Amino acid sequence: MSLKKIQDGIIAEFSIFSDWLDKYDYLIELGNDLPAIDPAYKTDEYLINGCQSKVWLYADFRDGKLWYQADSDAIIVRGIVALLVKVMNGQTPEDIIASDLHFIDEIGLKQNLSPTRSNGLLAMVKKMKLYAIAYQAKNS
Amino acid sequence: MLDIKTIRQDFPILQEQVYGKPLVYLDNGATTQKPRVVIDTLEELYRKRNSSIHRGIHFLSEEMTEAYETARDTVRKFINASSTTEVIFTHGATESINAVAFSFGEKYVKKGDEVLITEMEHHSNIVPWQMLCERKEAKLKVVPFKDKGHLDLDAYRSLLNEKTRIIAVTHASNSLGTVNPVKEMIRLAHEKNIPVLVDGAQIVQHGKVDVRDLDCDFFVFSGHKIFGPTGIGVLYGKEELLEAIPPYQGGGDMVDCVKFELTTYNELPYKFEAGTTHYTGAIGLGKALEYINGLGQENIIAYEKELMDYATKKLKSIKGLKIYGNADEKISVISFLLKDVHPYDAGMVLDKMGIAVRTGTHCTQPVMDHYGIAGTIRASMVFYNTPEEIDVLVAGIERIKKMFL
Repeated sequence: MSLKKIQDGIIAEFSIFSDWLDKYDYLIELGNDLPAIDPAYKTDEYLINGCQSKVWLYADFRDGKLWYQADSDAIIVRGIVALLVKVMNGQTPEDIIASDLHFIDEIGLKQNLSPTRSNGLLAMVKKMKLYAIAYQAKNS
Repeated sequence: MLDIKTIRQDFPILQEQVYGKPLVYLDNGATTQKPRVVIDTLEELYRKRNSSIHRGIHFLSEEMTEAYETARDTVRKFINASSTTEVIFTHGATESINAVAFSFGEKYVKKGDEVLITEMEHHSNIVPWQMLCERKEAKLKVVPFKDKGHLDLDAYRSLLNEKTRIIAVTHASNSLGTVNPVKEMIRLAHEKNIPVLVDGAQIVQHGKVDVRDLDCDFFVFSGHKIFGPTGIGVLYGKEELLEAIPPYQGGGDMVDCVKFELTTYNELPYKFEAGTTHYTGAIGLGKALEYINGLGQENIIAYEKELMDYATKKLKSIKGLKIYGNADEKISVISFLLKDVHPYDAGMVLDKMGIAVRTGTHCTQPVMDHYGIAGTIRASMVFYNTPEEIDVLVAGIERIKKMFL
């Protein structure tokens, strides 16, 4: 599925929530359902250290596509991490580099990716794209 | 007795709603809200009276200069300094500490000397001293605290020695709430002729400060934490020390006579006020202090103690909640964790319920390292907070328990 279609799906899913806490409940659920990161990658080498919460990120490159594994020590952040992984997983480096993650704004989580939030999420998105750039360079 | 309902009307922001819910502002340790008198003063200054101070010959400049110097005297009285020459306006407590670390350090700290701080300092009372030590090849020594949250005074005594050049200690901890026995610590330091800087950023809004009674050599605080504007702060220093140390920054207003061969410096306090100061901020701060005087500091202390007792009792009754910092004497700050709920998660949920708390390390990473935790949730209260707001916080915490545990 295209990056845009996955994002549209997420926006539709979130549109049913009128209450913020219900939204967070759903993010907690998504965070709990996120497949655990391989312990080999839950190390300082793959750590994105936000001042408030931590995020770990690793990417594999198979069949011309990127496959991410990620985790966070805060559950709501892990829920957002799960959404980012869902959108970016199985996409080509080109699509990831060009991606505009408008769903974050649409589902009201934009402030979580602000540079001042220091929860590791903004740096995670940048790193996801950096992985794509790196694999693209390696491949060409 | 304070009439909190009426007092809350003095603070326009407390009538605001966030996410459609009444704002419960419990992040006063980070910054305090401003009474109308401060907001109106700033507006009026810019609207009708703006002019640069200490320079102009014209009407507005004279008027603004007088207001600025009146504010300095209000600060002097508030901390009971003996003279306005000892009251320097800075951008905040951080700049005040940096100024002392630089100026005092230039004059008195040499290779092999020691600078003594404590384990519960805010980063702003750690890093400037680290930078000084790096510059001068001096050593930074740290007084540890006990798990309950109070400083280890035996360790303090044993760390005082002939190499110790200066001590920097917080009067009250922003993350633990502990009120430190600074008067006794200063007495012990002075027995060995060591000067002491007291970081008053977290005490001025909660308690009475008398720099002469404390006999501290330097005292610093920020305007925005005591209901004044942001960007203004105070450095108090004993006159003989301020005379002895070099200026921190060069620029206009801090000079007496400028020649390319040699520049002589202005007298105190102007020697430490280079450039155009935040004069509107200083005047706003003066108004904030007058507002506090109007309420009465004894009344504030009594009310906050009552509120703090209520909040502590309520939070302690929540199963799974652990308070970090249980010193006998505390300002109205409660740091806590809820089992293994990440403080950031808890903060995000409370935020959406209209409750403003601070989460994380509170710029005191060594305190978090002491307990081996990533951070805490901190509720910090002042006189405009109410028991009803504490009840809203408690309900929020109960909701978090349902969501995460």
